[in-house]
Amino acid sequence: MSGDNALIAIDRVFLHERTGAAALKSMAAAGRQVIDPARVFAVMDHIVDTRPGRTDATLMPGGQAFITETRAACRAAGITLFDVNDRDQGITHVISPELGIVLPGLTLVAPDSHTCTQGAFGAFAWGIGSSEAEHAMVTGTLRMARPKTMRVTFLGALGAGVTAKDMILTLIATHGAGGGAGHVIEFAGEAVCALDMEARMTLCNMATEFAAVSGIVAPDALTLDYLKGRRYAPNPLPDWSDLVSDDGAVFDTEISIDASLIEPMVSWGTSPAQSIGIGGCVPHDAPQRALDYIGFSRGQVIAGVPINAAFIGSCTNARLADLRRAAALLKGRRVATGVHALVVPGSSAVKRAAEAEGLDRIFTQAGFEWRESGCSLCFFAGGEGFAPGSRVISSTNRNFEGRQGPGIRTHIASPEMVAASAIAGVICDPRGQR
Amino acid sequence: MTPFATLTSIVAPLLRDNVDTDTIIPSREMKSTGRDGLADGLFAPWRYLQERTPNPAFVLNQPAYGGAQILAAGANFGCGSSREHAVWALAEYGIRTVIAESFAPIFANNCIRNGVLPVVLGKDAIAALGGCEATIDLAAQTISSSGKSSGFHIDAEAKTMLLEGLDAIDLTLKHANAIATFHAHDRAARPWVYL
Repeated sequence: MSGDNALIAIDRVFLHERTGAAALKSMAAAGRQVIDPARVFAVMDHIVDTRPGRTDATLMPGGQAFITETRAACRAAGITLFDVNDRDQGITHVISPELGIVLPGLTLVAPDSHTCTQGAFGAFAWGIGSSEAEHAMVTGTLRMARPKTMRVTFLGALGAGVTAKDMILTLIATHGAGGGAGHVIEFAGEAVCALDMEARMTLCNMATEFAAVSGIVAPDALTLDYLKGRRYAPNPLPDWSDLVSDDGAVFDTEISIDASLIEPMVSWGTSPAQSIGIGGCVPHDAPQRALDYIGFSRGQVIAGVPINAAFIGSCTNARLADLRRAAALLKGRRVATGVHALVVPGSSAVKRAAEAEGLDRIFTQAGFEWRESGCSLCFFAGGEGFAPGSRVISSTNRNFEGRQGPGIRTHIASPEMVAASAIAGVICDPRGQR
Repeated sequence: MTPFATLTSIVAPLLRDNVDTDTIIPSREMKSTGRDGLADGLFAPWRYLQERTPNPAFVLNQPAYGGAQILAAGANFGCGSSREHAVWALAEYGIRTVIAESFAPIFANNCIRNGVLPVVLGKDAIAALGGCEATIDLAAQTISSSGKSSGFHIDAEAKTMLLEGLDAIDLTLKHANAIATFHAHDRAARPWVYL
């Protein structure tokens, strides 16, 4: 190997129909084969219909070919596929942990930027392109340079009603959307250790929004408890207790944040870095372009801004704990008149578990649509979308111009802020709604 | 992959930070499972007004930049989705080099795999290049414009791959025996990895 690069062994590859199809097609065209198909998985999540009674048909024009071609290619390559109506179907980064596919100490890649979510399990998990996915499948390796290291320590404890989403948005808002460039980030500190596994996934999920290669949390007893008995996890679980940073480990970059000062966060602009506490106002140095798109002015108070839609979904915040917290706020209440609200569970297993607890009825009685699992309206693929001009509060990860549709104005926040705002009809602090 | 030798082109300035891959190629423009047919959707939200009418204010629609093969941008270019379609769209449109203050890591890797050169320069240097003709000599790692020349850094392997148009998979498969040996040892050390 020349230059700074080394070959790194890849333990797991996960594909989805949107970008995996291209990798599978290219691999077949080159006459190449998967080196170890048992360690490659695929799922249909990105453009699947999330309405009840779904088939291969997609609301996105031409989307069905991504599904049928991925299915045929997985079969030809011997890859395990979680298909549209499989009981294990769901968003890649939600089902991989559910099935014990990601494990501490593994390397896991997927042609999807939010693969960093899975670093919550002490794995090195990161997003790649389709060409690199093909490389990983065919060779069992990737060529890469050693990334820089960063430790982000959240000191102290979060206040009541403040979540992992607010932690990661605070980090990105404080240090910029490029703040983690070139680094793998270890999230550490008391407030991180106190997070359950689902919240750790939320934290690691948006490492990519910080330009980081990935995020990681050291595995502990919570990690093992979560993985015990999962289908692809070993039984008994091996000793992973050495997968922690050494005392005195030196990182290229260190950041500390006082967790007790973190407020429920919401984005005001068109980058996740353009986020503020719910008690805040649009910065006085806000770029005009973002203001023009989002329809705000400098100094404007964000709480109380009317919304047209509320979306709970995505690999960031659509796991069972997220739905429980949102439902706790919605119980016995109704979504404000004129607000289009929907919840899309992160996986089919999350959906079943939520239904077993009656969460679906809380959501539907509140006026939310209750959907099948998938990535859904986290992004606009040309099919289903929000009404033109909508202002949406969304439990997702990206508020880019047009991300949820042309002209759609997205405000990213925690699921509880989405639920509270749906009830109020305006962006509001979930802590006042309990 | 087409080898990257030297390139001379006008530099189209798109001097914004955080240009994301959803904007470079929106999901709704990713209409086929292959790598082709994406140039028309490149920068669609900014490039077109209603009904695919070109937006005259967008840099690539301005006559001076019609054939631009070099794009200059701000910080964190290519952030967001990992979609390699963003690079495929740029390459199909004719962009062979993006100059930016920094790149999102997945986007930069995708560039190398597709014969597109990502060049990191400082903000002032980028601003000075915008609208000028520039020559990029990858072998010498220089970019020259208006009689001035400055160097840029690129990983040695990425440079070789671009210069020679090499395919990474072919290169790695030369190590197939070493990989097989690794897997045999690793299977004993970490049996849970191997399903």
